[in-house]
Amino acid sequence: MAQTQVPPEAAKAAHATGNGGPEWRKYISFSTDHKVIGIQYLVTTFLFFLVGGALATAVRTELATPQADFVSRELYNSLFTVHATVMIFLWIVPAGTGGFGNYLIPLMIGARDMAFPKLNAVAFWMIPPGGILLLSSFFVGAPGAGWTSYPPLSTVSGQAGEMIWILSVLILGTSSILGAINFLVTIIKMRMPGMGYNQMPLFCWAMLSASALILLSTPVLAGALILLSFDLIVGTTFFNPTGGGDPIVYQHMFWFYSHPAVYIMILPMFGMISEILPVHARKPIFGYKAIAYSSLAISFLGLIVWAHHMFTSGTPAWLRMFFMITTMIIAVPTGIKVFSWLATLWGGKLRLNSALLFGMGFVSMFVIGGLSGIMVASVPFDIHVHDTYFVVAHLHYVLFGGSMFGIYSGLYHWFPKMTGRMLNETWGKIHFVLTLVGFNMCFLPMHWLGLQGMPRRVAEYDPEFATINLVCTIGSYILAVSTIPFIINAVWSWIYGTKATGNPWQALTLEWQTASPPPVENFYDEPVLWSGPYDYGTDLLQPGEDKSVEELLAEVNANPG
Amino acid sequence: MQGSTVDSGQTALNYQTEAIASGHHGEHPDHRIFGVIMFLVAESMIFLGLFAAYLTFKLNTPDWRPEGESELELLLPGINTLILIASSFVLHQGDSAIKKNNQAGLRIWFGATALMGAVFLCGQIYEYFHLPFGLKSNLFASTFYVLTGFHGLHVLFGLLLILGVLWRSRKSDHYNSEHHFGVEAAELYWHFVDVVWIVLFTLLYLL
Repeated sequence: MAQTQVPPEAAKAAHATGNGGPEWRKYISFSTDHKVIGIQYLVTTFLFFLVGGALATAVRTELATPQADFVSRELYNSLFTVHATVMIFLWIVPAGTGGFGNYLIPLMIGARDMAFPKLNAVAFWMIPPGGILLLSSFFVGAPGAGWTSYPPLSTVSGQAGEMIWILSVLILGTSSILGAINFLVTIIKMRMPGMGYNQMPLFCWAMLSASALILLSTPVLAGALILLSFDLIVGTTFFNPTGGGDPIVYQHMFWFYSHPAVYIMILPMFGMISEILPVHARKPIFGYKAIAYSSLAISFLGLIVWAHHMFTSGTPAWLRMFFMITTMIIAVPTGIKVFSWLATLWGGKLRLNSALLFGMGFVSMFVIGGLSGIMVASVPFDIHVHDTYFVVAHLHYVLFGGSMFGIYSGLYHWFPKMTGRMLNETWGKIHFVLTLVGFNMCFLPMHWLGLQGMPRRVAEYDPEFATINLVCTIGSYILAVSTIPFIINAVWSWIYGTKATGNPWQALTLEWQTASPPPVENFYDEPVLWSGPYDYGTDLLQPGEDKSVEELLAEVNANPG
Repeated sequence: MQGSTVDSGQTALNYQTEAIASGHHGEHPDHRIFGVIMFLVAESMIFLGLFAAYLTFKLNTPDWRPEGESELELLLPGINTLILIASSFVLHQGDSAIKKNNQAGLRIWFGATALMGAVFLCGQIYEYFHLPFGLKSNLFASTFYVLTGFHGLHVLFGLLLILGVLWRSRKSDHYNSEHHFGVEAAELYWHFVDVVWIVLFTLLYLL
């Protein structure tokens, strides 16, 4: 491994896919370019999102009427189990970290690629097999024990499907650990000279926190799944009380991962929103350090609150108090973020385009989910609504209203950078309205269902809940339809859309200092760190004033300091 | 530094020349070692999770070692433990050797470590065949086999890494005092396996 002088051209050649075929071919190749991998992640996971959405629509169709008349009860169990698994492990986690993280992190810190490009490609190429494996379980009897796969239920029914579930989650978990190692090393070691931690864009802070969480929590899930697969295949009794085992241990290990997992899903979105709001509000972000450090605080607190999912699992009272209090404390760093975002928007000259609309949708929907989160954090209330639709409503407001709106916002914001084309704003706004209406119509009424005691994960229910369920189902159809304008818009604009300039939003972070789409190795010249990432409205850039980076650079060079 | 323009002296970078000077980014030795450490953090978390499960099982089960089952034999695993601990020191000699450009030293010390690792694995397999309980005998037996077996797989993987280093070191210029990432990575992994075994041995055999 002799260190020789590599000329830039040779360095670029090392990254080319080398097949010499048409442009699109690189997206189905084993490319090591972080931008190609990022788009591979985004497209693949979006396809899985459509699969997960189709499964969800099937679940809601079954629930349109109180009887189990659309699918069998066994199939219903499999539908919601695979729906949740696909959405979490194949859509939100890999799209937020793998997709946006891979695409944006090296650009934002002025690096030419991730620290380990080949490892990066390996991590991505574990996703499609993992996903196809999971979906193939429908041919042998899909898992039906819920995405939590709690024993002893998961060890007694549908063993082949359950084993496939374990295998595919292990594959996807490994992929996400490899990705996290790459992010940590890239962010910690590869920032351009002059960029201290406090000059990093907030998305990098968020990815740093999320990656640390992945690194510390995902392996514990692997441990739990190893023990569970022994129970399944060999017949040991780790989680089987009849043989002296303890199913609660599985719950502890499972939630030690799966609680932090919700922050793994939401932290990248927090980061993206912190990038998007100041750009389109033309104002510096309010409370840079508060937002940055609150990500770390959320990471840390996220690791010590897992048992709040187990208030009804016979957890001792003193332990429940501990987990209740720590859970509620998470509202503090989260609230700091929300208030900072609102203060950023306050008095800004808002450009109400699709990216900002989805961004503001994210903040509002996430606040509703966060408030119901505080409610279920308190033990007495949680015991009342445990395993009811209130929990379903809460988690969908956080995960769909939070993560989904965040991902869409990010897609509208960075689409010009990724493809070199602008998205159509009219289609974007139709997409936004349909999503917002469908989403709230689908999930808001579930709060009432839950408070009245309708249990989740059942195919049949009391006819008194029929009307509200019908409303939810119609909402879910609107939500399904809402993806159509987006797909049309994305495909059409990618091919025929208006050409984007390097910096169509007049943003200040480094990824906008290069061409759209960026060349291999990201920057033609060395990027210049001439201001903090959010200096809109400072001496250089007054609110409402749009200047190109070239103009700003000229200004900086004219009077340095 | 939010809101302030970064010192231009600091930012008039020579990024490109620096990137060229350090070769290509696949070849930053410090990054790769840091990556290996991150990987080992993830590995430690699997073991920590399994140890926590083991302790919970143990504390919640009234008759953890079922009646009539004798205590674990300590002689063989004790010797095995000493061999594994010693092998970490032996391995470190190999790392020191290559830092002085002593390639024969690297091969000797790594070869010795590989031998000790193989002895450890054989000892473990011998122990498995002579234990009075099987995988499904009781909860203690199950956790015993899964934990030691999982660790054994890690020893095997570490052994393969060391053999890989030995294989590559046939070419006399493959590792030298400046370029020996493979050597360091294998060494770090082996130390990790060793430390995990010390905790495992304490938990399963001594407590």
